[in-house]
Amino acid sequence: ALPQTVKIVEVGPRDGLQNEKTIVPTEAKINLINMLSESGLPVIEATSFVSPKWVPQMADQVEVMKGIRKKPGVSYPVLTPNLKGFQAAVSAGASEVAIFGAASELFSKKNINCSVEESLQRFEEVMKAAKEAAVPVRGYVSCVVGCPYEGQVAPEKVAHVAKRLYSMGCYEISLGDTIGVGTPGSMTKMLEAVTKEVPVSALAVHCHDTYGQALANILIALQMGISVVDSSVAGLGGCPYAQGASGNVATEDVVYMLHGLGIETGVDLSKLMDAGAFICRTINRKTSSKVAQATCKL
Amino acid sequence: MGNVPTTVKHCLSYRQIIEEYPWFRSWLQEEKSITKHDYPEFVKIVEVGPRDGLQNEKEIVPTRVKIQLIDMLSTTGLSVIEATSFVSSKWVPQMADHADVVKGIQRVPHVRYPVLTPNIQGFQDAVAAGATEVAVFGSASETFSRRNINCSISESMLRFEEVISAAKDRQIPVRGYVSCALGCPHEGRIEPSQVAEVAKKLYEMGCYEISLGDTIGVGTPGSMFKLLQKVMNDVPISALAVHCHDTYGQALPNILTALQMGVSVVDSAVAGLGGCPYAQGSSGNVSTEDVLYMLHGMGIGTDWR
Repeated sequence: ALPQTVKIVEVGPRDGLQNEKTIVPTEAKINLINMLSESGLPVIEATSFVSPKWVPQMADQVEVMKGIRKKPGVSYPVLTPNLKGFQAAVSAGASEVAIFGAASELFSKKNINCSVEESLQRFEEVMKAAKEAAVPVRGYVSCVVGCPYEGQVAPEKVAHVAKRLYSMGCYEISLGDTIGVGTPGSMTKMLEAVTKEVPVSALAVHCHDTYGQALANILIALQMGISVVDSSVAGLGGCPYAQGASGNVATEDVVYMLHGLGIETGVDLSKLMDAGAFICRTINRKTSSKVAQATCKL
Repeated sequence: MGNVPTTVKHCLSYRQIIEEYPWFRSWLQEEKSITKHDYPEFVKIVEVGPRDGLQNEKEIVPTRVKIQLIDMLSTTGLSVIEATSFVSSKWVPQMADHADVVKGIQRVPHVRYPVLTPNIQGFQDAVAAGATEVAVFGSASETFSRRNINCSISESMLRFEEVISAAKDRQIPVRGYVSCALGCPHEGRIEPSQVAEVAKKLYEMGCYEISLGDTIGVGTPGSMFKLLQKVMNDVPISALAVHCHDTYGQALPNILTALQMGVSVVDSAVAGLGGCPYAQGSSGNVSTEDVLYMLHGMGIGTDWR
């Protein structure tokens, strides 16, 4: 049976904008997040406390955190790759953070310059500080059904990393199909392995639409008991590993499917589309959401 | 596992805990069983790019290009390629070269090349040109029927009866389409019973397969499920196909839902050819490449060879 409600974790302002070519002015980021808050989304990933040397698009992390209008009942998690980032996030007013592990050794080395085990050790530091500050931590696992360097990824490896993050204290683990290669076939196998180690209520899926499979993969995940879905307004964020390919699945398209299934999300689709239209105008980009493309001209 | 100490979570797998310590399960108060689905081993893809696709593209494609496209598609393992449409060129200029296309293509053995035939005239022209399989196009929506083919649903059924009768005489198989199966651009909501009625009529008249079309792509797994549940009562699942449009990005999850319900025939268009005439600038047909990627990823066969 499908879940009655699904929590949507909106990653547009972070995962989306981080991967767009145009660097977005701080004011526009704040406006986007405020519009998303008004649309009913329960979780909006606001920014990333990584060094601006690595991710210049997120250099204004502190101003964004301080500038947004936090709606009561809505969470605004931020990425914190290490203790330093965590401390900066908390002083800027963050009350929830996220850490990012990988299921692929090569991807971990190339992306964050250390092995999977080393990254987990870094995270233990963050977890400890977060516990002391009573700040909840969300864990991400990337490359769960395929890696741009290693190719196939063993479901058991994904389950191992997910379990480590969960037992360290992450309240939720988001499983990311980083390059969008997954299909209902590989998703099922991976989720079967992970749900042996982590309760399904603590799992989320973060599907990329690079091969058009995102909604089908999300549907399979829902059928397997998952009730938390990551997505990005307007499908912001291309895939850095596949030139010209789409990246994040569009929140509008996810909401359309969920509402069509009678599943509640708390999201007002038209307000969400307004936010999508705003950011696309701002960065002069065509929306990647099919729902937005279909609706605006009718 | 909120209150469980970290060390315990660390040592034992969740599954192991709930299996070995039954009291634990009720303490946790969660029990989720993973749904297992039976999927067909093989899915027949009906490639509609050369007809449904090109018919809805702005540019009129030269005859030799159409022929080349079909010839290329014939080498890919696709077993059904809808070649063209014998409608009056007054209404559909993009398909004006229908006879030349049918005569010009290289027919690969075991591959079928159905053509649309809206009435007896079109049928006769198709047969004269060498067509060996035809398709008729009904609608679940009265308004759509009147606006699209200028007659009511029941009038269209009379026309199709003529075609099917003539086709039977020549042992030519006929495929039936039902458009607006999940929504109509004019009427909005379409009840599954409306679709079932038309599907049943076409099947009983003699169509070997009924393709249910989400003409404006508004369907979701929710409405697809309800539709198939109803139609399955009147037409055997093995005779049903789904023709999903991707206008709202829902095509693949809708197809997945159909597969889970036992459907094993899927219509799609190479490169997602064919926009949606009812929604400017939006996408139309689902792309065959994306459908194949999903099916192959699920271990489902598609190549007839």
